[in-house]
Amino acid sequence: MDEVIRVQNLSFAYKQDYEVLKNISLVFDKKSTAIIGQNGAGKTTFVKLLKGLLKPTSGEIYIKGYNTKEVSTAFLSKYIGLVFQNPNDQIFKNTVLEEVMFGPLNILKDKKQAQENAIKALEMVGLQDKMHIHPYDLGLSDRKLVSIASIVSMDPDIIILDEPTIAQDHKGNTIIKNVIKELKEKGKLVITITHDMDFVAEIFERTIVLNEGIILLDGNTREVFSQQEILKKAYLELPHVAQLAKKLGIKQTLLTEQELINFLKHNKLNN
Amino acid sequence: MVNLVVEHLKYRYPLGNELALEDISFEVKKGEFIGIIGENGSGKSTLCQAIVGLVPNFYKGAYGGKVLVKEIEVAQSDVSEISSYVGIVFQNPFTQITGSKLTVYEEVAFGLENLGIPREEMIKRIEESLKLLRLFEYRHFNPFELSGGQMQRLAIASVIAMKPDILVLDEPTSQLDPQGSEEVFQAIQDLAKNGMTIIIAEHKIEKIASYADKIILLHKGKLVDFDTPEKIFSREDIEEYGIVPPVYTRICKSLNVKNEAGFYPVTLEQVYYELVKVYG
Ligand SMILES: Nc1ncnc2c1ncn2[C@@H]1O[C@H](COP(=O)(O)OP(=O)(O)OP(=O)(O)O)[C@@H](O)[C@H]1O
Ligand SMILES: Nc1ncnc2c1ncn2[C@@H]1O[C@H](COP(=O)(O)OP(=O)(O)OP(=O)(O)O)[C@@H](O)[C@H]1O
Ligand SMILES: [Mg+2]
Ligand SMILES: [Mg+2]
Repeated sequence: MDEVIRVQNLSFAYKQDYEVLKNISLVFDKKSTAIIGQNGAGKTTFVKLLKGLLKPTSGEIYIKGYNTKEVSTAFLSKYIGLVFQNPNDQIFKNTVLEEVMFGPLNILKDKKQAQENAIKALEMVGLQDKMHIHPYDLGLSDRKLVSIASIVSMDPDIIILDEPTIAQDHKGNTIIKNVIKELKEKGKLVITITHDMDFVAEIFERTIVLNEGIILLDGNTREVFSQQEILKKAYLELPHVAQLAKKLGIKQTLLTEQELINFLKHNKLNN
Repeated sequence: MVNLVVEHLKYRYPLGNELALEDISFEVKKGEFIGIIGENGSGKSTLCQAIVGLVPNFYKGAYGGKVLVKEIEVAQSDVSEISSYVGIVFQNPFTQITGSKLTVYEEVAFGLENLGIPREEMIKRIEESLKLLRLFEYRHFNPFELSGGQMQRLAIASVIAMKPDILVLDEPTSQLDPQGSEEVFQAIQDLAKNGMTIIIAEHKIEKIASYADKIILLHKGKLVDFDTPEKIFSREDIEEYGIVPPVYTRICKSLNVKNEAGFYPVTLEQVYYELVKVYG
């Protein structure tokens, strides 16, 4: 197993006597991973710590072997990119192209190469025709895609997406799914925070459930979605297909439309 | 009783090249729960803003037609005058937060003070809405210390506390956890049952399918259809408007399972009932 990130006894508090993350230990390899959990569970805080934007109150985080306490965020940004939950926290340039070029220009110091990377990333998210627009003239959904392209263009080994599907319609969702699949094929570790259980079921190999600062469940996505009682405690739900399968009395955890359709074609329901 | 009328509404933003809304007409009765669906850029947010008068009064631009809220023409009245009748939860919760209040509690109080609600009543409403949105324990937090979903909960709480006759919500649950989003839909359904009119723009198609009485389908600024969820999602051309029907409807389409009226089921209960009939 190639270890990409190691988190050891991580605790974090914004204010005294209010721990948001409590003694978390885990390892990420290259499996695409979803992080799910209720509002305020600590998901955004956790990924800001991975990115080195916040430093542990206690415990250690190693990104490709580098302790986030011992290296600068600028150094880490070659290895790890984070797409913020709110794109407005990330966008500050005057055109979409400049915005997406900013990251690679900083790392590569080569304008031509940076522009090439930026254009490729913009094509990936379907914004090549909006390159010369001011990012604030775009709707929230496109702005979110710009912020994804800005990170993809830097080509880090680890890419974290904090609620990428906010405000996306069906087409936008499909674009994001394809970006994640493509990054995975290139050998990147993709970690995604989301509240969309169907999205988790369809895309991610591993799922981690965070609840009140601790890890409640961690495993292969199908196994995690077989633990309905624990998920309920974490204010989560089953994916829509799994809800229907369960209601129909099917014992297996079915996650996709096709799985359910196949099941119905070959089995009789016993109720 | 009709309490929202939209007549031949047309609108273009000051810097827009095309009409964002084109000849939109519909009527909504008191206590109805109306969903607005459509692909990105189809005009959902613009329509929401037009119902509360921010279009055209705040955004300016070229405007034609009428929006009547309780027989008051919104374009002709100032936003503060109609704010006791209509409330809006914005798509981006950051836009909702005043930025000048130190606590979550004061943030909710702000809108109520502006309405001149008596103190006792104010305290009652603030507590009720904060509890409803599971924010009561965060009442002393600074709004900017909240997580994304908590901030969205705060935006909803502040508007619900004002008890408008017409409540407009623009993708209000996009950052909520799954149970939170279900709770919000249930809560606004209760409000509708008590006579509040609900207009909600949403991409969460399964939620709209199970909660909305009727759905407005927008495409490129035009109203394509205004009908019940089962009729809207049974349209053969629905995907041409960038809308994919609920998972349950898709499964029934693949298996060619329709209900007695000849429509595809759209909710969990309906699909369960039909599938058991065929495969049970
Ligand atoms: N302030 C603005 N100035 C100019 N054009 C705008 C403005 N806001 C929106 N538009 C344009 O008006 C059209 C409708 O946008 P609107 O935001 O209403 O769509 P929407 O259906 O809410 O989309 P989304 O699902 O992305 O929220 C789009 O073409 C959009 O680009
Ligand atoms: N800057 C801050 N100062 C103080 N407390 C904060 C700050 N940012 C977040 N918190 C608190 O830390 C907790 C975890 O927040 P975080 O943003 O990590 O949650 P989350 O799991 O990402 O939630 P969501 O699903 O709503 O985005 C919340 O209770 C929040 O109120
Ligand atoms: Mg978050
Ligand atoms: Mg919108």
